[in-house]
Parts: sequence; structure tokens; C-alpha cells
Amino acid sequence: MRERSPARRKLTDLLVRIVSLLAALFGLFILGWILYVIMARGVGAINWAFFTELPAPPGMMGGGLANAIVGTLLITVLASLIGIPLGLLTGVYLAEFGGQSRLAEAIRFCSNLLMGTPSIIVGVFVYGLIVVPLGDFSAWAGAVALAIIMLPVVARTTEEMLNLVPDSLREAALGLGTPRWKTTLQILFRAAGSGLVTGILLAVARVSGETAPLLFTSLNSPFWFETLNEPIGNLTVTIFNYAMSPYADWQAKAWGASLLITLGVLGATLLARTTLWMRRK
Amino acid sequence: MNIATAVPKTGLALSPDGDSMDRTHSDVISRPRGEVKISARGLNFYYGNQQALVNNDLDILSGKVTAIIGPSGCGKSTHLRIYNRIFELYKGQRATGQLLLDGENVLDSKVDVLELRRRIGMIFQKPTPFPMSVFDNVAYGLKQHYLLPRSEMRDRVEEALKAAALWDEVNDKLDKPGTALSGGQQQRLCIARAIAVQPEVLLMDEPTSAIDPVATAKIEDLIGALRGRYTIVIVTHNMQQAARISDYTAFFYQGTIVEYGETETMFTKPKVKQTEDYITGRFG
Repeated sequence: MRERSPARRKLTDLLVRIVSLLAALFGLFILGWILYVIMARGVGAINWAFFTELPAPPGMMGGGLANAIVGTLLITVLASLIGIPLGLLTGVYLAEFGGQSRLAEAIRFCSNLLMGTPSIIVGVFVYGLIVVPLGDFSAWAGAVALAIIMLPVVARTTEEMLNLVPDSLREAALGLGTPRWKTTLQILFRAAGSGLVTGILLAVARVSGETAPLLFTSLNSPFWFETLNEPIGNLTVTIFNYAMSPYADWQAKAWGASLLITLGVLGATLLARTTLWMRRK
Repeated sequence: MNIATAVPKTGLALSPDGDSMDRTHSDVISRPRGEVKISARGLNFYYGNQQALVNNDLDILSGKVTAIIGPSGCGKSTHLRIYNRIFELYKGQRATGQLLLDGENVLDSKVDVLELRRRIGMIFQKPTPFPMSVFDNVAYGLKQHYLLPRSEMRDRVEEALKAAALWDEVNDKLDKPGTALSGGQQQRLCIARAIAVQPEVLLMDEPTSAIDPVATAKIEDLIGALRGRYTIVIVTHNMQQAARISDYTAFFYQGTIVEYGETETMFTKPKVKQTEDYITGRFG
């Protein structure tokens, strides 16, 4: 039997290491580039008026995106109010009650499918489901679209986090004569707490940057909203509109809005990471 | 190994040399005299299609400490986990036969499992404090079964912690998380939590196997102190422990009860050769 040459094996090892390192650096470089450009071009657009004033008419200088900022926050909160409880309960069903049953497997399969569904399809779906029957774009429709996108993310992380809780804790709670639902909500949720929060924050971060589903549901508006049943201003669709406009001032505002959303998502992700890190400690 | 095929249907495991062939069932599975708290009658257990317990008959006396010993995988824990029906948490596990608690079959579907588990508490191999304060750990079970004013709740928690010989060590850290206690303290916290709901029976599934010798001694002392007030059934790997703390001992092998009787007799004059081989360390 011929022996492999040690020098050659070391060389291969080194090559693989270098190539994988370069790939990682390339990804990081692109991310850094995006962040740098958004920072550099967005910072200039951000001032007091940006947060407090309504958009200026086309071609005019000044104004702000106050209504869009509030709109995005509002849609995200409404979406969370719908999506998080549904997602948590779906996760509870999958982890605690469904097991390997056909229904549970079907739900898991659909969740995976839904997670991979392009968000614009969710937008069109809600357009047909809510916007057309009600005759108008609305904050509600946008919130429902985002909630549908959140649902599988929250459900699957909840399932995974509950599966990480050892059965010994379930047995201990049940062994005291605690009903199953209380065991889940009071003991297991507490044990999995920071993991669940992480999943929720990541889902919120994910939808707060969505544009396509809002195009078909909440649309956009340069005015303050009066009810939740009318088109509502939001940052992402504003970015879409302003970035394609011919006005330099609007383009600058699109950069500013991009920066704001990026920082928001970054903040939510960091918060999620810290909670998880605090738990490990 | 498929126990169902390895064990004869009589429920008596026979040693290869046929030592116990001529003995009758009642010779080696004694029916101790006294007030019977729990009796197993023809108890079988299955993990899916795999039979793990075969025709278990056992009378457990009220207020006594009964030890269940036997080699790994012999069905000790499986047997114990039928008593409070905790096995029902898992799909595919089922028990047949009868398990009588004060004459009532707990395997009957009409039995209220929550009340059953109040009457029969359980301590596990690893301490399982809930992710909450020491106080709330003990109060949690209480709240499941009783509506108590706050002051009485405090009294009952204190009482339970004292009964579990933990009060002196934790009375100044009742609001600290239960998980911050040492392993031995956590296990006594679990015992306090179990006795707070005023059970009649305590099941202990190798309660000291994850705990150091000093803490083990404390828990053994505690079991001695609880004797009489509670009917205690303890599964243990440690034969010296069984000899030290129990009044009666059951020896399990391959899902059957090979021998059952007074601990002293069992450890000095075992009737079945298999029991003797096991307690003298020849196998297991």
C-alpha cells in the first residue's frame, strides 16, 4: 500500500482553509459595503423634520416621513398581535401535542413551505382575501400579510425551543398534578423564555423590512391615517417609490428611510442575540 | 432484548440451573402483613410492541419504605412510573393489569389523574427545580390543588421546607432561583415541593444517583424521617442504600419480580439464587 504524502495533505488542508476564509470574507465585505453606503448616504437625510413632518409634495424640498415611520411601527405591531399568539400556539401544538401525528407533520411541511414562499405572493393572496372584498387598501390588510409571514417563523422556533426543554421538567410538573396546558404555559414557557423571545424578535425584524406584501395591501400614503381601513404610509413602500422618483430630495429621503429600517432590524437582532446570550450565561 | 420472548409466562424468571423451579410463586413473592397501600396485580407494561414488565404482583405496605432493586433495564423505573401514570406522557407506552391504590384501580380511565398525582408524589433521578424562586417552587404545586390565602401559603411552604430538612439552609434565600441551589439542596427542594401538596405516597426514582455522597446521606436521613407519614417506594441502583433505608425490598429481573420480602431477610437469606447472585455482586 502506498502512503499518502503528508506534505500534500497539509497543502490541501491549507488550500481549503484559505478558500473558505475568502468566501466568508467576501460575504462579509458585501454586507459591510451595503451598510457603509446606506450609512454614508442615509445620514445626510436624517434630521428633526425627517421624524416630525409629513412628506413634501413632489419636487418640493423639505418635509419628512413622520407618517411612514408611525405607519410602519403600527403595521408591525398589529402584525405581531396577530402573528405571535398564533405562532406560539402552533409551536405549542407541534411540540407538545401533535408529536409525529399526520396532522402535525402536515403543519410542519406547510410551515416550511410558507417560510419559503416569496412574500409578494402573500401580498397578492391578502389582496384577494381582504383588499378586494373591502374595496380599499388598509393597515389591517398589511398587518395580516405580515402576520402570515411571521407565523411559520414563530411557530417553528417555538417548537424547537420547547423541544429543547428536557422531558424531566414536564414530568416534574405533571407529577405534581399540574394539568398539561398549565405545565406548558407556566413551566415550559418560562424555561424556554429567552429562546421564545429570540424567535419573536427575529420574526419581527424579518417582517419590518418587507415591501412586496405591503404594496398589495397597505399601499402607501403621504398623509396621516385616520382609520385602519385606509391606505397607510410606511417606510418600505416609501423607499420603493422615492428611490425610483426623479427628485434628488426624495432619493435622499429613501436613503434615510433605508438607514432607519436597517438600524431597526439591527437593533432587534442584537436584542435577540443578547437575550440568548444572557440565557446561556 | 425482547423480554416478551425471553421470559416465561409464569412471571417468574428462572435461573438457568433451575434453582427456583420447585419454588412456588407465594414462597418468593411474600405478601407482607400490615395495611396494604398499593398492590399491583398482574401488571404488564409495553413500550410499543415490546413488553417490559410481565405479570408483576406486589403489595406495598402503608407507611413503610419499599425498595426496588435490580440490574439496569430490568424494569424498576418502568414499574414505578405506572403508579402515578406519568408514562402516559409518551405515545406508545401502555400498562395492563391492575394497580390498586387503597383498593381502587388507578389504571381505570375514570380516575382523576390530577388528584392521583396529588396523592402520589414523585421525585426523579435528576433534581428538577422549576425556573422560579425557591418559594414559588414549593408554592407551585400547592396552588394547583388548594386555594389558600397568602399567609397560609407562606406557612405551608415553610412547613414543607422544614419537613424536607431544607428550611435552615434556604430561609434567607426564598426569593433566589431554585436552580441556584446545590444539587443536593435542589433534590430536597423537589421533595419539599412534593410533600407540600400532602400526598400519601412518595415515589423516588433513583433520587440520589446524581448527587454526591454527603448530600446522599442527608437525603437518606430525610427518607428515614419521612417513614411512617408517607408510604415511600424507592428505586435504587445502590444495594447498600436499599439495605440501609428500606423495610421491604423487591428484586426485579427482566421485567419480572423475582423475589420480594423483608429487606433484612432478603439481604441475609435470599430465597432465590438469582437474588443472591445480584446482591453479592456476581452480576448486575
